[in-house]
This record gives sequence, structure tokens and C-alpha cells, in this order.
Amino acid sequence: MRATTPTYDLTRGFWRENPVLVQLLGLCPALAVTNTVANSLAMGLATFFVLVGSSLLVSTLKNLIPHEVRISAYILIIATFVTVADLVLAAVVPDIHKALGAFIALIVVNCMILGRQEAFASKRPVGRALLDAIGTGAGFTVALLMMGGIREILGYGTFLGRPLLGASYEPWIVMILPPGGFFTLGFILLGFGWWESRRQQRSVVRDWPHGVGSTTRRTA
Amino acid sequence: MMGDLVWILVSAMLVNNFTLALFLGLCPFMGVSARVATALRMGAANIFVLVITSMTAWVLNTFVLGAAPYLRLISFIVVIASLVQIVEIAIKKISPTLFRELGIFLPLITTNCAILGLAIFQTNRGYGFLEGLFFAVGAGLGLTLALVLMASIREQTELATVPSLAKGMGLVLIIAGSLSLAFMGFAGLFSS
Amino acid sequence: MTEQHVANPPAVRLLGTLTLAGAFAGLLLVLVNGWAEPRIMAHRAEVLREAIHEVLGGPDRYETLFLVDGRFMADPPAERDTLRLDRIYAGYDASGRPIGLAISGGEPGFQDVIRLLFGFDPTTGRITGMKVLESKETPGLGDKIEKDSIFVAEFSGPVPPLKGVKSGSGSGDESEVDMITGATISSRTVIAIINHRLEELQPYLPVAGDVP
Repeated sequence: MRATTPTYDLTRGFWRENPVLVQLLGLCPALAVTNTVANSLAMGLATFFVLVGSSLLVSTLKNLIPHEVRISAYILIIATFVTVADLVLAAVVPDIHKALGAFIALIVVNCMILGRQEAFASKRPVGRALLDAIGTGAGFTVALLMMGGIREILGYGTFLGRPLLGASYEPWIVMILPPGGFFTLGFILLGFGWWESRRQQRSVVRDWPHGVGSTTRRTA
Repeated sequence: MMGDLVWILVSAMLVNNFTLALFLGLCPFMGVSARVATALRMGAANIFVLVITSMTAWVLNTFVLGAAPYLRLISFIVVIASLVQIVEIAIKKISPTLFRELGIFLPLITTNCAILGLAIFQTNRGYGFLEGLFFAVGAGLGLTLALVLMASIREQTELATVPSLAKGMGLVLIIAGSLSLAFMGFAGLFSS
Repeated sequence: MTEQHVANPPAVRLLGTLTLAGAFAGLLLVLVNGWAEPRIMAHRAEVLREAIHEVLGGPDRYETLFLVDGRFMADPPAERDTLRLDRIYAGYDASGRPIGLAISGGEPGFQDVIRLLFGFDPTTGRITGMKVLESKETPGLGDKIEKDSIFVAEFSGPVPPLKGVKSGSGSGDESEVDMITGATISSRTVIAIINHRLEELQPYLPVAGDVP
């Protein structure tokens, strides 16, 4: 693994390797609960909490966890944090908990979280693991908010429940239904692809052999 | 009674399709759906694991977790993960070809939302043993249907001229959105 | 990067580590649950209380009655698991007079199962109100069954068994309920849930004056 700077660890997950928009991980919650901004925010923060908590614990305990059972141990740790998040949400914001439903429990199987433990937290010092988790968690939350914002504005004509587009706006109900999730993310990815290809045409560039999804790092 | 069971099956398969309406099991949907043959096998593996999961969840709910429902998530994930591991070993022994085909995705079935999702939905809705079984089969058939449909469309798009920009995940997601829209037409199929 | 390569650690150690981790996780969850459970329960009770309040038109207090062997009673025998018993809620006014029964029910609607609570007054034989507790009906169309106040108001006063009619085409019959245009299936499901539940419970319902 290449040596990286702390700043790089913090910012990588936020933008360059954004879990949802670039790596396409954790799509299930990103598509399922992002029909309003409030739901997206709750899901983003819950996932952030689970990711940061698990990364801290995994990184602290990495020398105690035998290699052979590491995945089971990670899942155990993640499931514990998810249950905590589930109980706390149910006790503090019952309405949002009801709206998110089973998808809170499904944070356990968000590939992004397990992926960060296996690829990063289990191999790095606690501080770096924390930075990485904060960056990735924030990147995930921002991606969800982006989806939630687009879907709520077009689908209800509101933002965080406040009317935005006026009474004459006929909401695109499809945006808050399941197909809207697929379409929104699809168009966001197409937009990114377009932006990237324009930038490439402008400067003399190195290849992005795998398109936007590539994690190839540009050296500035 | 029989009507309820049929409704559960059809609802899980079409109206509330796991992949296209609930977004469960998207990893294999995006990953294995490039070839129809592979998609069929993946679907079969999923139905199998879902049925096992449903029975396991029922046993855990009925006999073990009554006193401590807040330990449900941990027990589900641990038990299901071990079960899938066993299935993986069994498939490796029985059909090395199948194992090669699905090799990379079998471990992923464990962290597949569809599996845990089934266990959780089944619990939340208070399904009994038989209802759970129908739910699992319906969900599995629904997953398979979505996978196969997606794979057939993707095989076609490979031969079509697509703007270079749209090649990749963006296009796949928009196709999935259209399929999801089409599946919404099944709503209201079973109502009074 | 330092990776630990222990030469085949004994199975006991692997199992031991996982057991220890499981025990810690369990302990933590017991603590968190101890904090969260009373709050979750309190919220659930509050939601139910509000719903009962709404469908019965503001009872002073209410009591849960369980159906045991064909009879409704407030205190089921200890050996019966109350979670598995069918139940209704009986509301009383300030002077202790029974004013109606709140009954819950659920059936598949357009998208998924619709669950609702409705009030029924055995003295007058009328429905006193309806509140949707759970539905995933299409936003903007089917979800009008809970958001359309005109439709909800249709359920204060009609005489069961209810008949759904196209909005505006009613003959003035006391059993008629105007359905929502564009959400016929969802409306019909709401009506069916009420009719089916009443039909199912009718033989056991406490008649006027008979409520404990």
C-alpha cells in the first residue's frame, strides 16, 4: 500500500473515491431512502456513525483479531453499532425511524463499511483510520443529500418539507417512487461523465482507462 | 389462507420486487447481469440461500430471540453468514463449474442486502413458517426475473451504438429505472 | 504495514476471541436497549392513544379488551400470550359510560398492506372514524386515503356494512362512502378492511350496556 498524507486520507473518500458516486458502493440505501432530504440526512448520519465507530474499534483491536476470523469479527462490530443506531433513532426520532424502516438494519450489509474495514482500518493506525472513516462517511452523506435534494424538489416541490416551487408546480411523483432513484443516480453519473470528458478534452491528459468509475489517481 | 400465500409470493416477486422496488440485492444486479446464463445461475443460488435464510430466521425468531429482540440483527447476520459459507463449500464440492462461474459473488451473497432484508421484512411482518417460505421463493424468483431481464437488455445494448458517454453504470441505472417503472404496472394486481 | 501472520492459531483462540467479542457486543446492546426501550414503548403507546382518540372522538380513557375463546375480556388468563390474542380498545367518557370501540385491521391494498384503526359505536351501530396507521400507497394518489380530509371525514357516521360509491353519485344511503377519484383500489381496500373486521368480530362484540 502506498504511503499517503493525512489530508489525502481525509479527502479521498469525500470526493475522488466517493463511495456512491464513484465506487458505486452502498447503492441499496442510496436509492431506497433518498426520497426526501430529511430521510437522506438521517440515513447518512446513521451510516457515518456506524462507519466511524467500527473503523475506530477495528483499527484499535487490529492486533487482537486473528486473521482467520477477521470478517466475522468486523461484521459483529458493525452489527453492534448498527443496532445502537437503530435503537437510538427509534427512541429519539420515531417518525424518521418509521420512514427508514428496515433500511437502518440493512446498514450492516452496506458493502462500503465492510470494505473500509478490510481495505483500510485493519491495516492503519487509529488516527488515519478515523480520518478515512470521516472522509468516506461524509462523502456518503453528501451523495445521499444530493440524491435526496433532487428527488424531493422534483417529486414533492419542497425542500426539507418547505414549499419551494410554488403551488402551480405539478410534482413529478415518479421521482419519489423507486424508478426515480435509479433515474436520479443514472443521470448524476452521466453528468459526471460528461463533465469529466469535457475536462479531458481541454487539457492534455492522461487516460482514464475505465471511465469515470476509475480510481486512477491524477498526479497534479 | 391459500390466497394470502399466493399474494405474498406474487407481491414479493412482482409488485414489491426486491431489486426494482426495494433496491435489495443490487450488487449482483449490477455485477452479474451482463450475461443471461450467469444471471440465471446467480438467481438460482439466491433462491436457494433465501429459502435457507427464511427457515433460519423463523427458527431464531420462534425459539431463541423471544426474550431479546434487540439481539436479532447480530444473530441473523452471524448465523446467515456461517450458513452461506457452508453453502459455498458445498457448491465447491458438488459443482466446481458453478463455483467458478459464481466464485467471486458467493461471498458477496452474505453481504447481499436481499438475504438480510428478507429475514428482517419477514420478522417485521410477523410471517409464520409457511408464509416465510412463500415470501422467500417469491423474492428469489423476483430477483432472478430482474437479473435475467437486465442481462437480456444488456446483451442487446452491447450491439447497439450507445454514445460513448453513456457506456457504463449510468446507462445500466437508467435501464434499471425503466424496468422499475414497468414493474410498477403490477401494482393493484391483487386487491379486493 | 504490519500484518500479523500467526502460524495457524488454535481453534480455541479463534473461538475465544469471537465469544469474547460477542459477549461485549451483547453487554453494550443490553445497556443501550435499557435506555432506549422505555422511550420506544412510550412513543408507541402515544401513537396508539392518539389514533384511538381520533377515531372515537375523544374518549376520556380507554381499555384494551382481548378476545379469549369467543369472549372479550380486559384481563386474559395469565397463561395466554397477550401478543397473540386479537384485541379491541373500548373507550369511555368522563362519567365512565362506554362511547365506542376502536378496532384495527389490515389487508393488501394497491402497493402493500394497509393497516388502519376505526371506531365503531355498538349503541348506534355507526362507524365513528378511521385513521390509517400504515400504508405504502402511491404518493399523490393512493396516499389520499390518509391525507385527504374529505375522504377521512366520510367515515364519521356511516352505517356498516359500508358501500363504496363513485364520488358524487351516491343515493344518500347511510352506508355509502364516497371513494377517491384516482385511488379506487386504495379506497375500496379501506372499506373492505372495516367490513371484514366487523363481520369477523360481530358475534363477539360486547353489545350496548354490556361492556365491563
